Amino acid sequence: MSTEIVAPAPEARAMDLLRFATAGSVDDGKSTLIGRLLYDTKSLFTDQLAAVEAVSAARGDEYTNLALLTDGLRAEREQGITIDVAYRYFATPRRKFIIADTPGHIQYTRNMVTGASTADLALILVDARKGLVEQSRRHAFLCSLLRVPHLVLCVNKMDLVDWSQEVYERIADEFTAFAAKLDVPDLTVVPVSALRGDNIVTRSDNMPWYEGPSLLHHLERVHIASDRNLVDVRFPVQYVIRPQSTTVTDYRGYAGQVASGVLKPGDEVMVLPSGFTSRIAAVETADGPVPEAFPPMSVTVRLADEIDISRGDLICRPNNAPAVAQDIEAMVCWMDETAPLRVGARYAIKHTTRSARAIVRGLHYRLDINSLHRDESADELRLNEIGRVRLRTTVPLLADEYRRNRTTGGFVIIDEATNRTVGAAMIVEAN
Amino acid sequence: MTTPAAYQVSHLDALEAESIFVMREVVAEMERPVMLFSGGKDSIVMLRLAQKAFAPANVPFPVMHVDTGHNFPEVLEYRDQRVAELGLQLVVASVPEALASGMVRESGDGMRNRIQTPVLLDAVEKHRFDALFGGARRDEEKARAKERVFSFRDEFGQWDPKNQRPELWSLYNGRHHPGESIRVFPLSNWTELDVWHYIARERIPLPSIYYAHEREVIERDGMFYAVNEFFRPRAGEERFKAQVRYRTVGDASCTAAVRSDADTVEKVIEEVAATRITERGATRGDDRVSEAAMEDRKREGYF
Ligand SMILES: Nc1nc2c(ncn2[C@@H]2O[C@H](COP(=O)(O)OP(=O)(O)OP(=O)(O)O)[C@@H](O)[C@H]2O)c(=O)[nH]1
Ligand SMILES: [Mg+2]
Repeated sequence: MSTEIVAPAPEARAMDLLRFATAGSVDDGKSTLIGRLLYDTKSLFTDQLAAVEAVSAARGDEYTNLALLTDGLRAEREQGITIDVAYRYFATPRRKFIIADTPGHIQYTRNMVTGASTADLALILVDARKGLVEQSRRHAFLCSLLRVPHLVLCVNKMDLVDWSQEVYERIADEFTAFAAKLDVPDLTVVPVSALRGDNIVTRSDNMPWYEGPSLLHHLERVHIASDRNLVDVRFPVQYVIRPQSTTVTDYRGYAGQVASGVLKPGDEVMVLPSGFTSRIAAVETADGPVPEAFPPMSVTVRLADEIDISRGDLICRPNNAPAVAQDIEAMVCWMDETAPLRVGARYAIKHTTRSARAIVRGLHYRLDINSLHRDESADELRLNEIGRVRLRTTVPLLADEYRRNRTTGGFVIIDEATNRTVGAAMIVEAN
Repeated sequence: MTTPAAYQVSHLDALEAESIFVMREVVAEMERPVMLFSGGKDSIVMLRLAQKAFAPANVPFPVMHVDTGHNFPEVLEYRDQRVAELGLQLVVASVPEALASGMVRESGDGMRNRIQTPVLLDAVEKHRFDALFGGARRDEEKARAKERVFSFRDEFGQWDPKNQRPELWSLYNGRHHPGESIRVFPLSNWTELDVWHYIARERIPLPSIYYAHEREVIERDGMFYAVNEFFRPRAGEERFKAQVRYRTVGDASCTAAVRSDADTVEKVIEEVAATRITERGATRGDDRVSEAAMEDRKREGYF
């Protein structure tokens, strides 16, 4: 399903960046697959490999356990599982990749959510012997909730099912049927053996019936440029730059990272929540003014008029603005093991560059991940549970639907007593 | 009409934008940030990003050097020059002073890696810093590969790798109670090669020891250590002259050089792109103590 694009020679253009995350149930082979990808693209250093070989040999493994390349914590190596996200980096002549290898164990779902939240693409692994299990569905659901734009289902451990096309197709069909109930814009399916390297970097001879590309081939070419929102101008003000200096006087610039849209000098803009309008006088970086700014650029915007703007405000266009809303409907993934989300409870929230407090006004339903059934009798969300929540905030949020904007549509919920991040929220509706 | 393809930034620009975003978040939300500045290449790049993040205003926080007393003179000189140029306030957390006052004791092997942690934590407490920028990168080491951009530390400066805060999107949670702090890693997603490409692109001057030069060294465990006042050859270790450069700059008693002819930034980039050994693997005696040496030090509050 990937769109073939004819890329110019690598040296002719700046390399772009693909961030991807692994997902899937415990032991389905996520870390092994990442290890294999690094190994087969020759992205490993000899000392890293030697260290992993030595640990494997000392433990009596029959083969070098490539999962040890990402399972770097003492506890992970002792237990043979991934606990927290490992970030790894590699590049081919076509692209630079940032990998987030996430844990499959249900207890560490929040770490998977951390890794997937910034991903352009998620690899969902399934053990061919076991097929889809609850955790595969949970992760697929979370990827769709987080709106990871591209999914790749890797049916792994094909070596253990005799490279069976039938097994592969059964799992691919089952997953495709499940994904149809979710919001999955782009799905690709690849049969692989992470352990042996089949269809990871090169096409496998063991599965001649598979006619698609190898996983790396897909990762190098999947078209991500159109995933960005270049339409809705959203510029959350992060920091006001006002030099206290004798050489630079009367300078006032609004620093931030463009969340979406394109900003140009001369553009009519509106500042929220005040609603004042002005014109962009200049878009600047430390290297000088730029003709336009778009995601993910960090710039400083200067306006033609003196208006009162501070951190947490947002610059948009007068005819295309987010909601200025205190009543927020959101899908919430709860991430705290010590206390559930309860109706009536108060929390701190962080949304773009804006902090507020919020009270939980209602819980519409809790989702059953397997059946996607909505349990409307639920009165709390426990660790790893997902539900639709209504919140009232102390100050208005400048909010879009998450499906339209991953930056202005998402926020985190923080426990004011422990300061821990306890929930991830994706806005469905803001009034 | 501009085509969407025109709205692309290079991966280096994307990394720069992310680092600048992180720094602005810290300055906007934290009370007393400080940037660790050793005169090493990563901290030099980090400082350049800080200049860019707040221009045309000055860098709005002090810098701190945890001085083990085992310095390369070229690096100290660079540090002082940079600090003067940018008009920064420099805080020195001094291991020799801490040794003299009895706060810490020299460890058996003479390495000051572990004992610099209490000195760092003491300075943090004294100055009530609540956010500490470090130049560590996730590609450096397997424990670092696991760390958040905003990494919470308890009142003992400890990192708990099994209990890190979730970190979603670019929403960084810097909230903490008095005495606790946040370590912030703006270069988390940079690789060694990215750093060098950036140094080349921005024409950032570096201490001369990062480029090939001739030096008197000895070979130990396959690494080349410079003979100097902090590093004495053992019996049987032969001194010889070699063309070397440093890939990392740490404590002069445990940082080794690599053989190299790369005397320009372009040649270094070529060398780094082709190398088959990680920078810490090639140059750091301190990481060789055990499989989990870095994780253990980080748990205690090391950067
Ligand atoms: N035969 C076979 N074994 C595999 C394959 N991929 C992974 N394994 C094995 O499956 C086990 C689990 O692999 P990991 O890579 O640690 O699994 P994971 O998905 O990262 O697990 P968590 O991160 O803990 O969720 C290891 O023993 C691997 O060697 C495969 O393609 N074929
Ligand atoms: Mg794993």
